[in-house]
Order: sequence, then C-alpha cells, then structure tokens
Amino acid sequence: MSSFLRRFYFALVGLFLAAPLIVVAGVSVNAKQTLAFPPQGFSLAWYADIFIDTGWRNALFASLTLAILSAALAVAIALPLSWFLWRRIAPWANIFQLLGIAPFTLPPVITALGLLTFWATTGLYGQPWTAVISHAIFFVTLPLVTLSLGFTAIDRSLVEAAATMGADDRTIFRTVVLPLITPYLVSGYAFAFVLSLNEYIVAYMTVGFTMETLPIKIFNALRYGYTPTMASVTVLFVVLAAVIYSLIARFGDLLKLLGANSEEQS
Amino acid sequence: MRREAPQRLSDYGPLAFPAIMLTVFFVIPFGTMIAVSFFQRQQGGFYTPAFVFSNYERFLSLFFAHVLGFSLMLAVLVAVCCVCIGVPFTYLMTKMSRRAQIVWMVALLSVLSLSEVIIGFAWSTLLSRTAGITNLLVTLGLMEKAVALSPGFPAVLTAMVYQALPYTILVLYPALVRLDPTLTEAARTLGASPLRAFFTVVVPALRTTILATLIMVFIFALGSYLLPQILGRPQHWTLSVLITDQAIYQSNMPFAAAMAVFLVLVTLGMVALTLFAGRKREEST
Amino acid sequence: MSGLTLDTVRKDFGSFTAVNDVQLSVPHGTFVCMLGPSGCGKTTLLRMIAGLDLPTSGRVLLDGEDITAVPTHKRNLGMVFQSLALFPHLTVGENIAYPLRIRGAPREEQSKRVDELLSMIHLTGYADRPVAKLSGGQRQRVAIARALTRSPKLFLLDEPLSALDAKLREAMQVELRQLQQQLGITTIVVTHDQREAMTMADTVVVMNKGEIRQAASPMEIYRRPADTFVADFIGSTNLIDMETDSAGRAVALGQIIPGLSAPGGGKAIISIRPEDVHLTAPGSDGAILGTVTFVRDLGGTIETFIDCSGKQIIAVSTPRARPDVSVGQPVGVVLDPDVCVVLST
Repeated sequence: MSSFLRRFYFALVGLFLAAPLIVVAGVSVNAKQTLAFPPQGFSLAWYADIFIDTGWRNALFASLTLAILSAALAVAIALPLSWFLWRRIAPWANIFQLLGIAPFTLPPVITALGLLTFWATTGLYGQPWTAVISHAIFFVTLPLVTLSLGFTAIDRSLVEAAATMGADDRTIFRTVVLPLITPYLVSGYAFAFVLSLNEYIVAYMTVGFTMETLPIKIFNALRYGYTPTMASVTVLFVVLAAVIYSLIARFGDLLKLLGANSEEQS
Repeated sequence: MRREAPQRLSDYGPLAFPAIMLTVFFVIPFGTMIAVSFFQRQQGGFYTPAFVFSNYERFLSLFFAHVLGFSLMLAVLVAVCCVCIGVPFTYLMTKMSRRAQIVWMVALLSVLSLSEVIIGFAWSTLLSRTAGITNLLVTLGLMEKAVALSPGFPAVLTAMVYQALPYTILVLYPALVRLDPTLTEAARTLGASPLRAFFTVVVPALRTTILATLIMVFIFALGSYLLPQILGRPQHWTLSVLITDQAIYQSNMPFAAAMAVFLVLVTLGMVALTLFAGRKREEST
Repeated sequence: MSGLTLDTVRKDFGSFTAVNDVQLSVPHGTFVCMLGPSGCGKTTLLRMIAGLDLPTSGRVLLDGEDITAVPTHKRNLGMVFQSLALFPHLTVGENIAYPLRIRGAPREEQSKRVDELLSMIHLTGYADRPVAKLSGGQRQRVAIARALTRSPKLFLLDEPLSALDAKLREAMQVELRQLQQQLGITTIVVTHDQREAMTMADTVVVMNKGEIRQAASPMEIYRRPADTFVADFIGSTNLIDMETDSAGRAVALGQIIPGLSAPGGGKAIISIRPEDVHLTAPGSDGAILGTVTFVRDLGGTIETFIDCSGKQIIAVSTPRARPDVSVGQPVGVVLDPDVCVVLST
C-alpha cells in the first residue's frame, strides 16, 4: 500500500517535470510550422534548422563559445582560490569565498544589472568578451563549491608523505593535489558550462544588443511569434544537459558532489 | 600537511588572480550599481552622476508597494509549495538505491539547468490552446473544447514551482541523505507507522534545514525574471521583472538600480533572518 | 509455544546469503546473546525479528503467532539501536514518552510512566534535559528505558554497549542482566563481544556466515564447543590435529593419547583450552616433547608458548602454579583426555 503510494507520488513528480518537455518534444517534430500537439506529421527539419539557418547557427556557435570560455575562466578563478583556502590559514581570505558564492546566490537580475552598469560606465558595453567575464563571475560559484568539496576530501597526510619524499609545494600540487582534484575540476567546469549555455539575463544585459546567444534568440523569437526551431533547440539543450550530467555520474561520484556520503561508506 | 599562515608575500600569489577578478568584476560592478541608483536619469541616454534620492522616492508609491507585496507573496507561495512537495520527495528518494538516485538527480539537474526562457516557452506551449494539456483532456472526452490556461496567475505559479522544485530538492538532499536512518527505524519499533514516523521524527528533526530551505527557495523565486512576464499578465509582474524592464526597455538604469539595491536588502534581510533563526535554535539545544 | 521461534528464516541480498535457513526457538523470558564476527548475519537476523527487514523465506513466530508479515510498528517490541537513535529534537522525557504520545495516551499516564522508567534507570529528574546534554552511559539508559515504555513482549538490542568505554560497559552488562531478570522479558542482544555474551546470556547463539553454529548456555559453549569455529571464536584454544593409528588409538603430535577416539575412527581435531594444558618434565610418560619459545608473564596469568614439532601450543597457568620453564628449554606437554574436546575436521 505505502509502496504503491510512493510510486504514485514519484510518478506524479516525474510527470510534472517531464510534461512540458514532452509537449515541446512533440511540437518540435511537427511537419508544418504550427504549434500543435499531438504533432501533425513528422519532420526533423526543425532540428536541421538549428544548423542550417544562419541565425540559429550563429546563436548556437555564440552560445557554445561563450560557455566554453566562461566555464574555463570560472575554473581558473576558482582553482587557485580554493587551493589557497585549503593550504593556508588566512581567515580574512574567506571573504573571497563569500564573494565567489554571492553572484549565484543573489537574484540573477542583481548581478546582471551590476555588470550592465559596470560595462556601461567603463564604455565597454556590448563587446562580446565582456559576456565571457560576466558569465565567469556569475558561475564561479559552481567550480568553487565542487573544488572546495574536493579539497576537503584530500587526506592531508598524502601531501605530508610527498613532502617527506622531497617534493616542494609546486611539485606536490602538480603530482598529488591536481590528480586528486581533477574529477571535481571537471564537474565544476561541466556545471558552469551547462548553466552558461542556458543563461539568459546576464548575457542579455551585457551583450544583448550586439550578439545573440541561443536563449536570447529563443526569447526574441518568442516575442515575435512562434517557430518550431525554438522547440528543437529546447530539446537539444535538455538532451545535452542530461548527457553531460550522466557523464559526471558515470565517471565521478555525482551523489557525493551533491552532498551524500561517498560510495564506499554507504 | 599542516595548514599554515602565509609566511612570505609570495605565498599570497595564488590568491592574486581570483581576488582581482572578483573585486574588479563583482565588487566594483556592485558598487557601480549602488552609485547609479543615486544618479540622475538622462533621457535617451544612460545617466549623469549625481546624488539624488528621487529613484528611491519613486519607489514609495502605491504601485510599487503592490508589486513588492505581490513579489513577496508569490515567492513565499512558491517556497511553501516546493518545500511541501520536496521534503517528502527527497526523503523517499534518499531511501532508493544509489542507481535510482543518480537517475533522478541527472533529471533534476537537467531541469534545473534549463534557461528561464526555455521553461517559459515550454510551459506556455503546455498551457496553450493549440498544443496544450487541454487538448489531451478533449481527446479523453473530459472537456468540450481546448482552452488557453495562460496567461494567468496559476500558470505563473506552476512554472515557478517547476523552476524551483529541482533547486529545493538539491538543497534538501545533503541533510536528508545524512539523516540517521535508525531514527525512523527506532520510531517504527516504538509503534509509529511509516507516515507517522515521517511527521513525528523526520520533519521535526530537520526543522532548521526546512526553514533554511524555505528561505533559500524564497530568494531563488524572488529572482525569477521571465516567467511572470511570459506566463502572466502585467499585474503578475514581480520586482525582478520590473528591474529588467526598467533597465532594458525603459532605459532607466538609475531607477532599475534603486530597485535592485532594494531587492538586495530584502534578500540580505532574509539571509540574516536564517542565520539568526539557526543560531537561536542552536542555543536552545 | 510461548516465546520466539524462527522457522527456516533466510535472507538473500542479491546473490549474497546473509542469513541461511536459521532455526531457533527462544522460550519466554530467556536472555539470548547472538555472537559472531562482523558480517555473520546476526544484525540482519535481529532486524528481521524486528520487522525492519523482511525475510526472503521462512517464518517468524511470536507466542505461536506468525508475525512475518506484520509491520514493525504493529509488533509489540522494544529495540535499542547501535547508534541509540535517540530523537535529537526531543527531551529525555519526550523520548521515553514517544510510544505513548503517538498512541494518544493521556498526559498524566505519559508522565507517570516516564517517572517510573526514569527511576528504574536511576535518572530521576532528568525528564526535561535535552538528550544531547547526556553522557554516553546516560544516553544508553534512556535508549533502554524508551524501548521498554510499552512493556514490550520482545526486547531487542543491537550492539547496545559498543559505544561505551570498557569499565562502563561491564557495569552496564550487569545492570542490563538484572533489569531483564526483574522484568522477565524475552531479550535478544546482538554483540561481537564474547565477555558481554558470557556475562548476560542464558543462551549464547554463535553465528558464522549466516548460520547458527551452536546455541547453548555459556558454560556449555565454552566447555563443549560444537565445532572448531565455536571453539576458536569463544575464548582461546589450542586446535591440534588428531589421527587414528592402525590399532585404533588416537595419535596427536606423535603421541598416543589414551582415552580419546575420533568419531568413525578417522581424522579429528582436539580442542584444549590453554588453562587445561599441563606442563611436565620432558620425557615424562605420555607427554609430548616440545621446546619453550616464549613466556608472557601478565601478572595474573602466565602464558607459555611451546613449539611441538612445528605446532605451537599455548599453556596458561596461575602464578602460584608457575611452571619452572625458560625460553629454549625442552618441556613435556600433557593433554588430559578428560578436558580435551574431539571435534570433526
């Protein structure tokens, strides 16, 4: 009885999460440019459109470039910071940890507006690279959290052992710390990458008038009417996110990253 | 390895790049925004430096009081819905096999990553007249004619719960997965049915976590900037929507900044309240 | 039958069999200790008695009634968990009153029962304390009291004393046993500590690899172990290979041991406790010749390690009967057939 109730509850939540995506997936294979569900006819043309239509292709390219670069920059900021906080006793340096977590915790419009006024004041407003920095700052929280978690998981006696064998700080970092931290580095990058790909408001407020990322393109298209390509892009994004998170789960300990005890313990 | 205080200046080396980046591109922009909130708006352009309170004064109108009230009410409602759905869900999820948990987590993360644009688009499709859920009901013979369920308040609320639910579950997960499973087992050996054990042991034992989650989801929902715009009518617009609107479409950055500063204050007030509640609870035990 | 009966109870986790067709009958009012190395299935067995795990097959009967499918909260039992599982959000009194509260018992009844139980565990006046403020021994007592609130038919304890230090643990063992005798409640304790089992139990159940190897009184288990596992697991023992020669006499370590015989006349194993090994002058009649390799003087006892043609024998004696030996000396080892237990290989 209670087992049935539990299943029913999970099915309900699952349906709630999946329903809009199922409809969008259905809409994306409509043969004609109509917003109809169940779909009328079947066509993958709207998926091809993402790559054929210049506007969509450029937006896809812009989004990917932005996500690849900003996630890399976010990791480049987070790695030395979390390493320093792990290696040194410097309580005041925790302020930077807080600064790294704030952009993502505050309502996104605030970070977006802050960056908008900043780029406008410095006269750099609209330059494509400002979006890379903006996203890196906005998403630095993610690698910062995964890396901090990763560092606390490193047994400090391993580092001591390396030191007794004659390794200096730099060598220890390269030969012991970095290999152990790599899974957390990769997942931090992946989280930042996926979220950057999907981000709208910061990108819109910083470079919205000069370039189009996919979310901006979808929103603009949404305001002027409907095109099934929006649906196919949505499906593409969901699939991409699911694939990336599955890879993290496949090659790392996803549940531990999310706060569970590690696999061996449970 | 012993953690030690930095000895020489070069020990601070690794801190330099992150510190510079975060200061220049977060602290300074934040400061700029606060400064701009006191600036004078310039028609057709950006703004001119000044020190005026007019942007804040404008905020003290009945209209904005309504917007603020509605934003807070909506965020509270979203937070309550998400926690009510999320606590039992997360609790039951932690009882599943690791494999099943991973599958759910991948799904939840994927939904969480979705852009608000995409969530708005997906729900507006689901709630539309031509491709929406009502078509299904018509097919099943439960309804006569398909209708549009958006725009409207239920549409805004549903989509915002959709957006915030995965976040809620992820925030609850660490505390619930680490909850000592023998607590509920003990309750059962003492005569409590599983449902009773959940309400008399799990929920009270986690009340601090649940309170903190409520507030975090509240802040998260306060930040929703597109869903009320896509799925609601103008009277359903929230503070975040208005800030975006003022900054982008009305080009009134000083006013947008003033509202953003206010939003920060509300958010920080909430965080302070959480910390305060947490501390008070710690003192009492 | 009154009491608890386990009828071919089995638990599989995938291809791993945690509990393998266990038969056990525990008469009403008995104190049983389930003893075994970690992973032997004793905790799984206890959880199945509690209804926290369901058996793959077999039945659990309480007072003749099949309770296999009865959910935990409908079995009238009390359980003390290894983690104690005291509810952190409740006070001592609220923890103890929990079973009554969820049953909707009146407040007066609750507080009366809490007072009774607190005085039983010598913690009168602690009702309003938060459980976090208690010492380890006090928490232990509260967990025990809470399990007894409903006057259960069955009292189950899973490694209840493992978190306590050695001194407190021994005191609690005595206390627990006295409490059980006073209440006359059927009690099952899971432990890996044999001293604990010997102190408390009417019946010790020794388990290994999901099976019960022996269930008997502590003295019987010690004096007449059923097999080499039990002999070796309970206390320390010397296990010596024994053969039967062509004349049908028992031979161990090259010496004929009169009075012993292997079942069926083949090979067997002799178990002899170190305190039963008698040392004598080398070359004495019937003694096995060995060489002393190490002497450990522990003050209260003296352990002598003897090498008998490659086999190590340990003899324990008291200081009053201190053997006159030193390392490197030859010595005679006597295996008295009266104290030897012959076990099948």
